[in-house]
Amino acid sequence: MFQAQKIKKIIEIKNLVHKFTDRDEEGNVISEKYAVDSVSLDVNRGDFIAILGHNGSGKSTLAKHINAILLPSRGTLLVNGKDTSQEENLWEVRKSAGMVFQNPDNQMVASVVEEDVGFGLENLGVPTPDIWKRVEQALQAVGMSEYRRYSPSRLSGGQKQRVAIAGILAMKPDCIVLDEPTSMLDPGGRREVLDTLHELNKKEHVTIILITHHMDEVIHADKVFVMNQGKIAISGTPQEVFSQYEKIREAGMELPVVTELAYLLNRRGLSLPAGIINRKVFTEELRKCFLKPCEIFGCSESNEKKWVSAAKKEVLFSLRNISYVYSPDSVYRKQALKNISFDIYQGEFLGIVGHTGSGKSTLIQHLNGLNKASSGELLFKGRNIYEESNGFPALRKKVGLVFQYPEYQLFEATVLQDVCFGPRNLGFSKEEAEEFAKHALEQVGIGEECYELSPFELSGGQKRRVAIAGVLAMNPEVLILDEPAAALDPRGRDEIFDILKKLHKNSNTTIILVSHSMEDVAKYTERMIVLDCGEKKMDDIPVHIFRRHSELEKMGLAAPQVVYIMEDLKKAGLQVNTDVLNIEEAAEEICQRLKEAWK
Amino acid sequence: MLKDITLGQYYPAESKIHSLDVRVKLLAVLCYMVFLFFNNSAAGYGINIAVLAVIIKLTKIPPKQMIKGLRSVLFLLLFSVFFTIFFTKGENMIFSIGIIHISWQGIFLAVKICLRIFLLILMSAVLTLTTTPTDLADGMEKACAPLVKIRVPVHEIAMMITIALRFIPVLAEETDKIMRAQKARGADFESGGLVKKAKGLVPIFIPLIVSSVKRSSDLALAMEARCYRGGEGRTKMKPLVYKKSDKTAYFVIAGYAVVMVVVKCIF
Repeated sequence: MFQAQKIKKIIEIKNLVHKFTDRDEEGNVISEKYAVDSVSLDVNRGDFIAILGHNGSGKSTLAKHINAILLPSRGTLLVNGKDTSQEENLWEVRKSAGMVFQNPDNQMVASVVEEDVGFGLENLGVPTPDIWKRVEQALQAVGMSEYRRYSPSRLSGGQKQRVAIAGILAMKPDCIVLDEPTSMLDPGGRREVLDTLHELNKKEHVTIILITHHMDEVIHADKVFVMNQGKIAISGTPQEVFSQYEKIREAGMELPVVTELAYLLNRRGLSLPAGIINRKVFTEELRKCFLKPCEIFGCSESNEKKWVSAAKKEVLFSLRNISYVYSPDSVYRKQALKNISFDIYQGEFLGIVGHTGSGKSTLIQHLNGLNKASSGELLFKGRNIYEESNGFPALRKKVGLVFQYPEYQLFEATVLQDVCFGPRNLGFSKEEAEEFAKHALEQVGIGEECYELSPFELSGGQKRRVAIAGVLAMNPEVLILDEPAAALDPRGRDEIFDILKKLHKNSNTTIILVSHSMEDVAKYTERMIVLDCGEKKMDDIPVHIFRRHSELEKMGLAAPQVVYIMEDLKKAGLQVNTDVLNIEEAAEEICQRLKEAWK
Repeated sequence: MLKDITLGQYYPAESKIHSLDVRVKLLAVLCYMVFLFFNNSAAGYGINIAVLAVIIKLTKIPPKQMIKGLRSVLFLLLFSVFFTIFFTKGENMIFSIGIIHISWQGIFLAVKICLRIFLLILMSAVLTLTTTPTDLADGMEKACAPLVKIRVPVHEIAMMITIALRFIPVLAEETDKIMRAQKARGADFESGGLVKKAKGLVPIFIPLIVSSVKRSSDLALAMEARCYRGGEGRTKMKPLVYKKSDKTAYFVIAGYAVVMVVVKCIF
């Protein structure tokens, strides 16, 4: 049978170069950029491969070569033994290497799930009865059978990506390339997609090539490649890759939490093996350390915890029994918020968490008057906003709201003009507005050389920062941000949070952070509010909330990973305090306990 | 929420009319329109009203829903009635000043025109209420297939309609988001004169266009990655296949046509 002579190496890349050339209007070359620079790698049939890298590292460009969307400038790429640069191989290559993209909305063609899954098969000219059979199987494989008649706009992000995977799967590819499939999803959606991929890899033996910048997604991969500046910087098994801390940092990436914790402990004098990627192994290794004293550096003596909540300050916002109903008179009536009451204090760094659809975005839009509560009262500095004639415009001046993916609101010809839009709307003169805009741009680290550029020329992270400056330029007393770090790589994310931290410290701005990343919320906020199905479920300092992690899990949320690592240690009989918020605190806690134990 | 908007006016129900092949329905509507104009006699109108009544009954759609669609053409209706009544000269004058004439013929004609528009709208409402927009696009593609010979890109047009239908809710939601975001930056879309309002749309339209361009280039890539290469050699997951009821419907339409021709000859 023909099938029997399957080639073991499904993808062979030899010295692949991809050059982007910028030309001016006369066709002269302005600049050349090597997006992919002499990359060689092989992928074996049935493997689960991960390609890591920061934004702009060349990983997406590489991925597009595998599907023959881009063709090599130099070097060769064989998919299933077929050279992608030969035109007659084009459809064979695309059939055997399917591709799933980042944005779940932008890759669905049909208005019904099953028709979308069948789209590829229609293109291949598969007879109708076979289409139905294969669509059925593909939907079953990703667990979306019951949604087959749904419209895509009724699905969550994770479900949409599973449908996209089914659409590729139905074409019976030898391998699936996924270009950051989870970067626009919430943690629940990410888990859904990853579980699906691992299951397909194990049960259907589909080769998976996952491109991502989330470290924890690649722990179970067979092989990991880290890209930086178009080249492969590190490659090997996850364990091999994650033992090279310095190189990973250099590539703009971070380690998985447990690996980083082990690394920090080693720097303080312990000798844990390099590249631990598994919580169980970590617990075992640490238990050995408790029996074997050694010298520990940089451990503070005080046992006191610094996370005790700051003294309650002046009340800024008071929410009293806020309820909100969407489209009250139609069949789509939906109660988005139910009886929410709490106070927000001056100068606070507050976190609001909840899974997608819990009502958190609806809630924050109340705080600057974009939504008006169906019932309840909203007090700002003691004044009832709903009773004042000029309530909403006044509120909007004081409360800046940065929406999710704020870079989509940029529209002016230059960066400076765009940032001026807010202050100009508030009635400031052109000079004043420019002054505010320049100050705001400085705060977010955008230099003067960018002022006259078009906002659309900037990189993703820069665009995000310009958009945030657009709100900062209005000098708000309160800054609300909805998922400010969504879809950014670790470096971009840290840049954004550094800006927020500085703002909070230097100008005493009240900051409200809406996020589903518990890691970020734990790291930066002083108090957290947990929403579930439109109701306030918890309101406390982060450590107290994370103690109730089993409740969080029921709501589709979770505590930061360090908390679970500490829980594991405790369960293994090591006397550690599980009240930690980040890796540094966890390392400190472990060191102190070790010292005590050795005495 | 905006993503809940219904497209076209498809009214889901299980009826004989809903399950008919879209091509049959298209032909039926066309046929009905032709005979509506072709047959001017009272008997002709009588039969056409009766036929429509039976069809509406078969669709199982509440008549209220049907009438809703008429609201938008009410103005057109009143407008034509007004002109026919006041400006038709006839033998049996009731009233006449200057250029304004009211005659029995005028009133009679107005009623006829009114009835004709009324029936036309209702019949096309039956089509759009019982057929999903996707099916409609499919049907048009099939029905217009012969136009390929005169280089009309029928498949491409149908694909464009399908994609447009898919992205209307996405873009509606996005528009809402951008509006809110610009409002949060102090933009004011409500107050001011026409010029100010028009200017206020710039911060909405530019981001919307930018993101639509991004979406369409993403989608084009995704379609190519799934081996899309135009209409040639494509099969269909849900091809249009005539069922037994469709064949019966064709006979009914033929019967209707014969009756109409006979009526025309007699009256």
